This record gives sequence, structure tokens and C-alpha cells, in this order.
Amino acid sequence: MSKVDSRLAVNLAGLQLNSPVMTASGTFGFGLEFRDFLDLNRVGAVMVKGTTLAPRAGNSGQRAVETPAGMLNCIGLENPGVDKFLNETLPQLREYDTQVIVNIAGATEDEYARLAEKLTVPGVAALELNISCPNVKQGGIAFGTCPESASGVVRAVRNATDKLVITKLSPNVTDIVAMAKATVEAGSDILSLINTLIGMKIDIDRRRPVLGNVIGGLSGPAIRPVAVRMVYQVAQAVDVPIIGMGGIMTTEDALEFILAGASAVAIGTGNFVEPELAERMADELSAYLDKTGTASITELIGAALPERQTREGGGCTC
Amino acid sequence: MGKVKTLGDKRRFSATLVQQQQMNHDVYRMVLSAPEIAAMIKPGQFLQLKTGRLMDPLLRRPISIADADDGEGTLQLVYRVVGEGTKYLAGLQQGAEIDILGPLGNGFTLQGERPLIVGGGMGIAPLLYLVRALCPKPVDVLLAGREASELFWIKLFAERCQAVHVTTDDGSLGTKGNALALLPQLLAQGQYDMLYTCGPDPMMEAVAKEAAKHGVPCQVSLERYMACGIGACLSCSCGAKDGSRKKVCTDGPVFWAEEVML
Repeated sequence: MSKVDSRLAVNLAGLQLNSPVMTASGTFGFGLEFRDFLDLNRVGAVMVKGTTLAPRAGNSGQRAVETPAGMLNCIGLENPGVDKFLNETLPQLREYDTQVIVNIAGATEDEYARLAEKLTVPGVAALELNISCPNVKQGGIAFGTCPESASGVVRAVRNATDKLVITKLSPNVTDIVAMAKATVEAGSDILSLINTLIGMKIDIDRRRPVLGNVIGGLSGPAIRPVAVRMVYQVAQAVDVPIIGMGGIMTTEDALEFILAGASAVAIGTGNFVEPELAERMADELSAYLDKTGTASITELIGAALPERQTREGGGCTC
Repeated sequence: MGKVKTLGDKRRFSATLVQQQQMNHDVYRMVLSAPEIAAMIKPGQFLQLKTGRLMDPLLRRPISIADADDGEGTLQLVYRVVGEGTKYLAGLQQGAEIDILGPLGNGFTLQGERPLIVGGGMGIAPLLYLVRALCPKPVDVLLAGREASELFWIKLFAERCQAVHVTTDDGSLGTKGNALALLPQLLAQGQYDMLYTCGPDPMMEAVAKEAAKHGVPCQVSLERYMACGIGACLSCSCGAKDGSRKKVCTDGPVFWAEEVML
């Protein structure tokens, strides 16, 4: 129904995307689940479900619950394991003109490194390090809330692969800028932010937590202002591209992230509600460029940052 | 910017509310005009309905199909008001447009010459459409509820079924007790060659066990909390007896009883 618009192309440290709209890990399966709803060729990149060395069954009990303008989940990284992904899923995904980014999670630095080695194959564009999953007992967020341990994971992966390394940051920290700086220094090519915020819900009739795992990750529009703020702060502190995510439901939401300094955005929970959203948003971004007389989406990246405003105010064209 | 109706998706439609009827204190039946879905949908499949504006309630609500009429292009949904989403649905007036994803999931396998159907509570809803699909085979049904007002279904099934058996927990209608108060004697008659069940997990587990005892193949239809309904979020994942995981939304919601852990 619509074609690729070259004005939407972005390049993140060598990761070439035909649309700045990607789909966030854990909300889009392996992409193939969405073939009935959109044209995968028009999704900038598919960030596949968090993948571990061995298959994982995930958590028991109730795994998700709706909250005001959002939802909590505690899936617990259920996934078929990296070998099944490589043998069965990746060959099918490679038939589409979309970049494949594999989100990886391990319990030790060594597990991350082994995953990175296994995934250093044609067809994988980048690895996204999941150091911010709130729903697993080992690894996960334990790595993502301390700059030293996060850096250790990044370095282990950096040494194991020549693929682009994306680190997905947890918002559950006191100082997001410190985490960003540490993981960039350790070798991250790109940063994704944000992962879910930790939350919980209590069933007042049963007088018990609703989720089987008690706590879960909050996503959806409820967290968007937090995510925009973190992108805005990190964009001023590091020189690597940022993939902005957190409650994006509309094209206006995506533009907020881009103006705050994100070079690309990822739709998460929105995929559950409107499975064609990533494709439609690309069309709507084209319409926005038309309407505002903007030559390319790259002109908008970070346009709301104070540094940029000063530069423009001073008449600098660089 | 985006407008639902102009989307070319294969499985996203805008349906029009034709009729809304209250069945008991918290259960409603709606008739929708949705010719594309009515032409495709099989018994046991379900729909994901948007219930309100974009942000709140945020997630769609999975609702089973109580009946579909391809000729009329209509669907019937019977649902219980349990929260904000279903409250929104119950408040919709004739002519309202509803954004729907579907049909989703896999339906029942139509087999056997003498099927028995066992439904409990709101799990009865998808079984009515199943009976239509099984016609003209002689179908018997066993409906189980907590009390009489839950079993407004009886007259709907009576038009289509050979025999309608009823149990209520409080004995206000039919045999007092749960489905198991009648099921063993029905199966002991030995005439059934297929069993379908939908209802609370403990009921389905007991029904499946009873069916296995009599060597009758059995399909169960599961209900789980789900966010997406299309195989992405893994909220509804359940354990399979072979040790793997199954998604209730896309691998089910209908399974052979021996496939899954209830």
C-alpha cells in the first residue's frame, strides 16, 4: 500500500534503517507473528524476544495485568533458546528487508559472551544487551542497576563479537546518565532506553499481589514522560545514537523522543493494541515531514536539546 | 492521523453494534454486524475488542464467539461485565463502531457422530456456536452454573440440541452439584464418541479425566489473561505435557485434553 520513503532513513553508528520506527523486544515476538497485520519490510528493525542460551519456560502464575494507561508483566524471559532461533527463526526473518536485532540475556558475563559468539552470523544486524529485565532472578536487572557490572557485561560482549552492540538501560536507577556513560565507555555502539519500570498491583479481594512473580515491569503510555526525560538527559551526555522507547502509541509520541535526542524509536506495548502500528507510523512520519516542510527525519533528531537550540540561536550551521 | 477504518489489515475490522441485550445481572449479549469476520470465523476462535479510547483501557479484551451467521453477516458475543473494558462494551448503543482483531486462535476439531458438550459458567459461550457447526449431528449438552440465573443459555441450546442437562452448585436449577454430578452417568451410557468442554480449569481437568476413563477423545478450550492475543506477549503461555510451552492465544485456545496441563 505504501513504499519506502528515503527521507525516513537513519543510520545509527552503521546500523542502516529504512524507517526510524522499530519494534521493541518482548512485544513483537520474532516478528513473524505479525505478518498478518503489517508489512515487515516497512519496519525499521525487529528487536526479537529476549534470547538465552538454553530455552526458558518463564514464570508461573499470572504474567500480566492492565494498569492505568499501561500494563505490568512478569513473563520471565520465556524463549526457545538461541539455537532454535538461529536454526528456525532467523532464516525466515532474513527473507524480509528489515534489520534483525537480537536481544540477549544471560546470568553471567560468560553467558552473554557465548550468546554474542553464537549470534555473530550473517543476518543479525546488532545485539541488544538485556541488562534490565526485572523478571528474572539471576542476571537481568542485577547487571543493569550498577555501572561496574553493566560495564563488565558490555566488555564481555564487545570482546566476543564485531556486531554492533546496543545496551538497553533500566530506568530503575538513581542516575541514568552515569549508567549511560559507563556502558558507552565499555564499548556500547548504541543505547536503548528505557526498559520497564518496576511496579506491582495488589488484588484487594484476595489481598495478594496479582502477578505470579509479585513484581513486574510497567510499560505503556504511563511511563512515557519518564522515558522522554531520560532520553533527553542521556542525549546530552553521550555521543552514541539512542533508540528511544517507552509507551509510544502515536506518531506524536515518536516525534517527542526524536526531538529529545533519539535517532530511532521502538514501539513496545503499542504493538499489542495496534499490531500494524510500526508500519502506519512510518507513513504518518512521512506525512509529518510533508506538512512541516522537513527534508529528512534526521533534521529533527535532538532538535529540542538545549545545546542545539543555542547553536541554532547563534546562527551556527554546523 | 491514523484511522482504523482505512487500514488494509487482513484481520482488523470495524464492526457495528446491531443489538445489545442484558441476560442477567452482569451478563450481556451483543449482536454485531461484521460480515468479513462472520464469513471466516470457526467455533472456538475468539476476537480482541478495543474497549474505549487509545490509552485507557489500553489493552484489547479477548471475547469468544457465541454465534456467527455468515448469511446475515452477524456475530453474537456473550460477555460478563468484570472491569472497565467490559463495562465500556455494556454501555455501547446500537450503531456504535467497535475496533476488532480477529478471528484469532484455533477452533474446535469437528469430529464424531455423537458429541457431548460440557460447559461451565461463561465458558458456555463458545459452545453455542460449536453446536451450530456440529448440526445436524445429534448433540447433547451439559450446562453447569453456580445458580439458576447463570443458565439463561438453556433455551438457546434447547433449539439446537438433542438433550440439555443442567447442574447448579446451589441446586436452584437441575441437579445440585457441579458438572461431575451428572457427567459420569452420561458417559456410562457409552454412546458418546467426542467430548468438548469449556469452563473453569478445575472443571475441565475433571471432565477430561472422566472422558479419558471412558476412552472418549476430549478437547478443552482455555481462558488465560492475555495482552495481545496474537502470540507476542506470552502472557497466556501454559505448560504442555511434553514439557514445551504453548500459547493459549495462537496454539489454542482449543487443545486436546492430553496436550496441556490444566
